[in-house]
Amino acid sequence: MVIEAQGLTKRYGKVVAVEGLNLAIEAGEVYGLLGPNGSGKTTTILMLLGLTEPSAGTVRVLGFDPAREPLSLKRQVGYLPDSVGFYGEMTAWENLAYIARLNGLPKAEAERRMGRVLERMGLAEVADRPVSAFSRGMRQRLGLAEVLLKEPKVVILDEPTLGLDPEAAQEFLGMIRGLKAEGITVLLSSHLLHQVQAICDRVGLFHKGRLVLEGRVEELAQRVLGGAYRIRLEASPLEGLAERLGALPGVARVQLEGTGLRLEAAQDIRSQVARAVLEAGASLTSLVLEQPSLDEVYARYFQEVRHAA
Amino acid sequence: MQPSLKGRREGSPWVGLWAVFFKEMADHLSSTRMRILEVLILFSAVGAVYAGAQTLRQTVSEDPFLLLRVFTAAQDPLPSFVAFLSFFLPLAAIALGFDAINGEYNRNTLSRVLAQPIYRDALLWGKFLAGLATLALILLALFLLVVGLSLIFLGVPPDGEEVGRALLFLLATLAYAGVWLGIALVCSVLFRSAATSALAAIAVWLFFALFWGIIAQLLAQAVAPYDPFNPESELRQAEALLAFSRVSPNTLYAEAIQAILNPGVRSLGPVLISQLQGALLGSPLPLGQSLLLAWPQLTGLIALTLLLFALAYVLFQRREVRA
Ligand SMILES: Nc1ncnc2c1ncn2[C@@H]1O[C@H](COP(=O)(O)OP(=O)(O)OP(=O)(O)O)[C@@H](O)[C@H]1O
Ligand SMILES: [Mg+2]
Repeated sequence: MVIEAQGLTKRYGKVVAVEGLNLAIEAGEVYGLLGPNGSGKTTTILMLLGLTEPSAGTVRVLGFDPAREPLSLKRQVGYLPDSVGFYGEMTAWENLAYIARLNGLPKAEAERRMGRVLERMGLAEVADRPVSAFSRGMRQRLGLAEVLLKEPKVVILDEPTLGLDPEAAQEFLGMIRGLKAEGITVLLSSHLLHQVQAICDRVGLFHKGRLVLEGRVEELAQRVLGGAYRIRLEASPLEGLAERLGALPGVARVQLEGTGLRLEAAQDIRSQVARAVLEAGASLTSLVLEQPSLDEVYARYFQEVRHAA
Repeated sequence: MQPSLKGRREGSPWVGLWAVFFKEMADHLSSTRMRILEVLILFSAVGAVYAGAQTLRQTVSEDPFLLLRVFTAAQDPLPSFVAFLSFFLPLAAIALGFDAINGEYNRNTLSRVLAQPIYRDALLWGKFLAGLATLALILLALFLLVVGLSLIFLGVPPDGEEVGRALLFLLATLAYAGVWLGIALVCSVLFRSAATSALAAIAVWLFFALFWGIIAQLLAQAVAPYDPFNPESELRQAEALLAFSRVSPNTLYAEAIQAILNPGVRSLGPVLISQLQGALLGSPLPLGQSLLLAWPQLTGLIALTLLLFALAYVLFQRREVRA
């Protein structure tokens, strides 16, 4: 286990920011912390890094205790905060050089690495410009460059795509996927579910400081949505179709949606559905299998929580 | 928060100290603030030498401590060099320190820096030492300017003892500036907004510069009321006044440099006739004796600096990294 937390709890006075968190992340995994605003994602990350002290529980990152061995830990763990800032009057190169010196890198080695990470993040041309003139996307890439400067084993990213336009966000996510290819363990937090879905091996869903759901995206979909396969169809007339389709084996639910229907099923039963529609005497205009999306898992989960309350 | 309170931490708290120090030093030296301070330095050095020269021309040049006179001579409307320094240095120190920590918060750089393998100790010490070194540099520049200019215009080379006194004076002044740097550092941890922090530090400075004298007087009167039928009560009140006013770093500094720059001063505070028996009035004290006289004030200033630093340290360790 690269990251391990047991019973991790953080209280700010009466506010419980994180409660009884158990986390186990393996080497080479990309793990996504998901949750609405204020659900405790940032607090969890700060505790993993030893930047804030847990009220209870234990943490091990690469086997190090953040409270007792923060230096060894932080030498091998890169962190990109949610609101990343630089010294505006210094150039990108100077900002990186300062971080390299704080890491105790020898000058020659530092310059070699700086050149490489700036190149990799596509910032080589602007290395000598003051950071105050950088766009949000450039800053974010400079932040990732800085994280890579120490050649980390683990990278922790807090809302890495915050404030990036969709294209820049995709590009940035591509860079994060590149880290996985190098065998770096990645922990990232986000509330942009569809993005996380594309790059995370596993996700954990936070709600009010608790980790309420955890697993692979497909697993979660299966668990929360009841059926992992969603089939959308357009047909006319729709009268009586819903009942008919609901009676098919393996169908969890049928919903009227716009001019069509949406089914949830345990298997891919498109051919049976098509047959049932035609047998009912209706004409079928479209039939698609939708990929289960984390957004729905999320929406459904919180819907249920609200119902339960 | 303070992870260090639980068990032993690995490694040295000084890792990264020099990286922080040199970065902050470079920041200070290239900042606009520094340009402004440099202009002030130049004006004050020229003013000091001018005032010194004017005064010396009017008095008989039999004075064995010519250089020290340049430091202390005032020529209306110019204040003496020493008076100017005790006014200017606290402001310079505040200018260098008021945004030390809150600046990192406001630029969102703190969590990034603290995610590097260093302790908070290194960050705070690095910033403090860089501020102190910058102030030392300012002082040294001023000192060399004044000595150089007075050599040119007055043509008198200072002798060994005078140089010794001048260097001691520099040291006392640095300790005094350190106190104000400490105050600025505490404010920079306490207040999230840089403007509030600067204002708070200046308010402390104004308080001691303008109001503490009056308050000390009132306190002394309350603690040791004057009784016209008891001659001792007057002395007791004077002593109480002195004790109260020594709470202010300004008083400590004023007394220290009085002893250092004025070899004729034999005692700080109220003097009894009995203490003067056997003393040759007006005969200068040797350097060692003057130093002994200023010693409590000097150590007081240094202790106050360390105390303020410790306060900033404790406050900073408890701060969350998140703004
Ligand atoms: N310094 C603090 N003092 C008191 N409460 C705090 C402090 N920092 C965070 N909290 C509380 O802890 C809870 C968790 O906050 P946290 O920042 O971890 O959430 P988050 O999941 O990162 O949210 P976001 O998506 O908005 O970044 C919130 O309710 C917040 O109000
Ligand atoms: Mg957050």
